[in-house]
Amino acid sequence: MFAFNQLMLSRRRALCAGGALFVSFATTSCSSSETTTAISTGSATKPALTPPELDSWIAVKRDNSVIGYFGKVDVGLGIQVAIAQIIADELDVDFNQVSVVMGDTALTVNQGGASGSTGLERGGVSVRNAAAQARAELLAMASAKLGVSVENLAVQHGIVSVSGDPAKAVSYGDLIGGRYFDYELTWNHKIGNELLVQGTAPLKKHADYQVVGKSIPRADIANKLFGNEVFNTDVRVPGMLHGRMVRPPVAGATVVKVHPESVQHLPDVQLVVHNNLVGVVAPKEWTAVKAAKLLKIDWSAPTPAFPSQADIYKAIQAAKPAGKGGPKPTGDVKATMATAANTIEATYFWPFQSHASMGPACTIVDVQADHATIWTGDQKPHYVRDGVAKLLGMPAAKVHAIWLRGPGSYGRNDGGDSAMDAAVLSKAVGKPVRLQYMRVDATAWDPKGPASVHQAAAGIDAKGNVVAYHYRSIGFSRENIASHPDDPAQSLAGQFMGMPVSSKQLFDVPGETYDFGVHQLDWEVVPTLLDRASPLRTSHLRDPIGPQINFASECFVDEMALATNTDPVAFRLKYLNDKRGTMVIEAAAKAANWQPQVGHPGQPQGALLKGRGMAFARRKETRVAVIVDVEVDRHTGRVWPRHWFVAHDCGLIVNPDTLRRVIEGNIVHATSRALFEEVAFNQHMVTSVDWLSYPILDIKDAPESIDITLINHKDELPLGAGEPSSRPVASAIANAVFNATGIRFRQAPLTKARVKAAFI
Amino acid sequence: MSKHINLKVDGKPFDLDLADPTTPLLYLLRDELGLNNPHFGCGLSQCGACTVLVNGTPMRSCVLPATAANDTKITTLAGLGSPEHPHPVQQALIDEQAFFCGYCMNGWVMTAVALVRDKPRATDAEIRQAFSGLKCRCGSHMSIIRAVKRLMEAA
Repeated sequence: MFAFNQLMLSRRRALCAGGALFVSFATTSCSSSETTTAISTGSATKPALTPPELDSWIAVKRDNSVIGYFGKVDVGLGIQVAIAQIIADELDVDFNQVSVVMGDTALTVNQGGASGSTGLERGGVSVRNAAAQARAELLAMASAKLGVSVENLAVQHGIVSVSGDPAKAVSYGDLIGGRYFDYELTWNHKIGNELLVQGTAPLKKHADYQVVGKSIPRADIANKLFGNEVFNTDVRVPGMLHGRMVRPPVAGATVVKVHPESVQHLPDVQLVVHNNLVGVVAPKEWTAVKAAKLLKIDWSAPTPAFPSQADIYKAIQAAKPAGKGGPKPTGDVKATMATAANTIEATYFWPFQSHASMGPACTIVDVQADHATIWTGDQKPHYVRDGVAKLLGMPAAKVHAIWLRGPGSYGRNDGGDSAMDAAVLSKAVGKPVRLQYMRVDATAWDPKGPASVHQAAAGIDAKGNVVAYHYRSIGFSRENIASHPDDPAQSLAGQFMGMPVSSKQLFDVPGETYDFGVHQLDWEVVPTLLDRASPLRTSHLRDPIGPQINFASECFVDEMALATNTDPVAFRLKYLNDKRGTMVIEAAAKAANWQPQVGHPGQPQGALLKGRGMAFARRKETRVAVIVDVEVDRHTGRVWPRHWFVAHDCGLIVNPDTLRRVIEGNIVHATSRALFEEVAFNQHMVTSVDWLSYPILDIKDAPESIDITLINHKDELPLGAGEPSSRPVASAIANAVFNATGIRFRQAPLTKARVKAAFI
Repeated sequence: MSKHINLKVDGKPFDLDLADPTTPLLYLLRDELGLNNPHFGCGLSQCGACTVLVNGTPMRSCVLPATAANDTKITTLAGLGSPEHPHPVQQALIDEQAFFCGYCMNGWVMTAVALVRDKPRATDAEIRQAFSGLKCRCGSHMSIIRAVKRLMEAA
């Protein structure tokens, strides 16, 4: 019944009249004969997947269900639910009508994957705009069908009815079900996190939200608990073989000779050797594991690549910077410091840390002559697609990445590397290959969070006011390899095969906005230790370089409070030039019933010492204040952060209970980093290879309670929450340990050995 | 020398010849039987992601030789309960919305099943002791403890 010209009309309608059309069909720029007779029914064929196409974001099925296409992914923090909530509200459908497809490069545009806590802050904005536009389009269709103006229509459960005459109704599914909007949104021509599409439809007022703000549970939790979830590790493709990689025993070693005879006794093993990239492939997974272990290779004996671990901070401070940066100083900090009545300074140290995901990365790649398919659990599947396409010399359009849930990744872990390696193996053997790394590959060879040194100094006048402040970060780059796995030269596969290495030199300074008089904040990046495939190459690890910068800056805030004989909470409130920051600090202090701490705690006696500390963090526009009660065992050196009080402002809250869980996870993960995690290495190689040599938090050290105060700004947009509450954890713990013991620990992690040694 | 193995997994009998008798149980379950649970985490018995119940006892399948599981009953997550008839531990964890990525889940769930069965009124310290050694990288510990305490209180 739908005439061809009517089908074509929807696109023209969109182009010629924009969003005004859904209010009034009578526009000057389009011929009235078309617009008045048209019943917009959408297109029968799906437009190509491009960011401005509304169909790239929203589909309505005949059964009135809605599919949202999200170009980010849910790495376990529950964003899939939040996105469905936003779509449900903007479209006026029930939550249960909405499903959300994530990360598939054939079905979603590149919104940057899970990245920078931008899931709602940026990714959700485009989804919301698209859903609002879809609603407007559907109302225009309903208006034409029911012969009633849009103003006289109401929508509930995806059914459009005439106000005052509910018998006159039509469902979304009946309006467009199975067809396509064929409407062009405005696109800012960016991809990744920066991608933004906008329609012309007005967005719903936050006060009218029904679904946003509700604690709707995550469906994936039950699915996983019943064993029904198909993880990326569970993908099986017909004809699939299993791969494992063989890494050099010392950093920088090259292949001298491979001895295939060493694995000849194992059935059907194939070797893949490209320069210094070595892999094995076999039909049975266990055979591949054994072959990788047994394959004999003569490696070169290069000169030691690394300083000894004990000397790493000296090496960082002695290195000639490869890059510098920071905001413009507000005056001559040196001169102000020189005339100050009192000056204090301190230096802090943060180690290399590993993502050490629960499951070593796994990717299945099927390279065919003219196309390839990737099954990945990486948090940035579109960039994985791009990287593998470049590696294979194929256009990106010929490579399809399918995302499935995998082990939590926390930044650029080993996922990108495994995709490149798997592509090399699959191409070499001409079959689909499932490559799962071994524990050592995930812990010793993942890109590391950078080690760094942080120097802080303050000038204090005779009245006890801070009048000058200097903060400097010196460390390895946050992007010694890129945070996106979109370039084979930035992967182990590329580097082992001999691609030249190039790095961005990036670090940062504190984001909190204290008004410390004349101040200078700057950073220096030191050159990477090994300019080829390195187990100590650095990249993004959850809240990249946030915890280490905050560890120094917020501990030094407490040191300044002490030097000025001021309570740490009062000190922050005095100098913080940030209303929302002040609100979270006050909220945390109230929840914890904070009592002023003025002066040095002395040297408390007793075996078990108790103390309380606080820290504040601002990550972009999200603010977090934390207070922690710790116990320190003088004899064992054990620090137990027992009770936490968190006040958290991330703008509009979409799903409060899920947000609470996310904050809990951040606190626990960051506690692990603050107390236990330090990549061990010697001059030849990383020696953290498993959970014994890279210890993380055990449940015995998990807190007893985490009290969370959520500050909801109902008129604001949602802000990031996946990382910000990680940031102040180490500093709060160190401040609390000082309060308990009178000892200032300036080196992370605060391990038992380090703390015990300080008491002797 | 291939080895004959006979075992029940989640109530289903399996009878097969294992070509490589050194194969750990994990690889038998995943690679030979095509099951999705449990997961490979470390292959070193250090994390628990591969845990299954062997005759009711939580075992790390990544280091347990498949031959040692001959004539046993294996239970994975899929065999514990279903959405229609969930195991109380599964229900409590759903109610608490425990876990983030969930890759580590097998160790925690199987340990909780044994704990709730063997010590239905465990204290906070006993719960932590029972779980000690299991790894969770996302920091799900608080919700897991809450879920188990929920069951302890109900007991």
